[in-house]
Amino acid sequence: MKISVIITLKKDVLDPQGKVIHQALDGMGFKDVNEVRQGKYFEINTKETNPKKAKDKVEEMCKKLLANLVIENYKIIDAQ
Amino acid sequence: MKSAVITFPGSNCDRDMDVALKKFGFKNKMVWHQDIELPKSDLVVLPGGFSYGDYLRCGSMASKSKIMQSVINFANSGGMVMGICNGFQILVETGLVPGVLLRNKYLEFICKNVFVKISDKDNAYFKNIKNNVLELHIAHNEGNYFCTNDQLKEIEDNAQIAINYCNNQGKIEKSFNPNGSIKNIAGIFNKEKNVLGMMPHPERMIDPSLSGEDGSLFFKNLINNIK
Repeated sequence: MKISVIITLKKDVLDPQGKVIHQALDGMGFKDVNEVRQGKYFEINTKETNPKKAKDKVEEMCKKLLANLVIENYKIIDAQ
Repeated sequence: MKSAVITFPGSNCDRDMDVALKKFGFKNKMVWHQDIELPKSDLVVLPGGFSYGDYLRCGSMASKSKIMQSVINFANSGGMVMGICNGFQILVETGLVPGVLLRNKYLEFICKNVFVKISDKDNAYFKNIKNNVLELHIAHNEGNYFCTNDQLKEIEDNAQIAINYCNNQGKIEKSFNPNGSIKNIAGIFNKEKNVLGMMPHPERMIDPSLSGEDGSLFFKNLINNIK
């Protein structure tokens, strides 16, 4: 079973990379961008076949390793 | 006095730290990250470098390596643990010290000498040190210390700030902040002050042929405090 996770920086955490990407987009002519925030995306392929159990395990992974909860939020995208 | 320096894959200041500790009288042992037990030590050092290639987040992989459970137990039982640069990043990832280290504000790798003010001397690391300001070296890409407002209040209430970036007179101002860290924080303690994490490298300032000797002051004082 494949589960995806998206990690994003919390709202009040400065994202200098996102800012620079925004500036670059602006310079390329994409003038209507309000903000860019950069994040991380994971695809986890697990042996677990029960979607609920798999999701719980991935949530534990997020809390223990994949995200640093001081600065990041995680979002688990449902099992496929 | 016995010390141990942990080597992770990608550590590159571990041998410098070994040289520095021995120079000032520590009997130092190098410990591999896959070891399970720490040798008997008065001080454990997590050195600078790029452990695990800075994968995921700086220090995050190293913080889960085998030896770290022993280091965490040692710290929780009151043992002195010092993390320098990447070692500081590893410490925040273990949760032994609060906060995180973000990418430098201006996205540059910074490699230069800076001045830091010793903000707290009521601890085993800086007790009795005569100087209030030290000139030390920094070399990092992720040294921008950040924590939540609640954490910051707790850190300030418990006097956990160890050192702040300043000028040569000890003045702490934004213009002397190299990386955007909150309150110019360059190093912090845990609540009990037996764990210290800091971005500057004292081990790089221990010989006249290097760019300064303020690191010598730090190590001489440190071993005297531990004796």
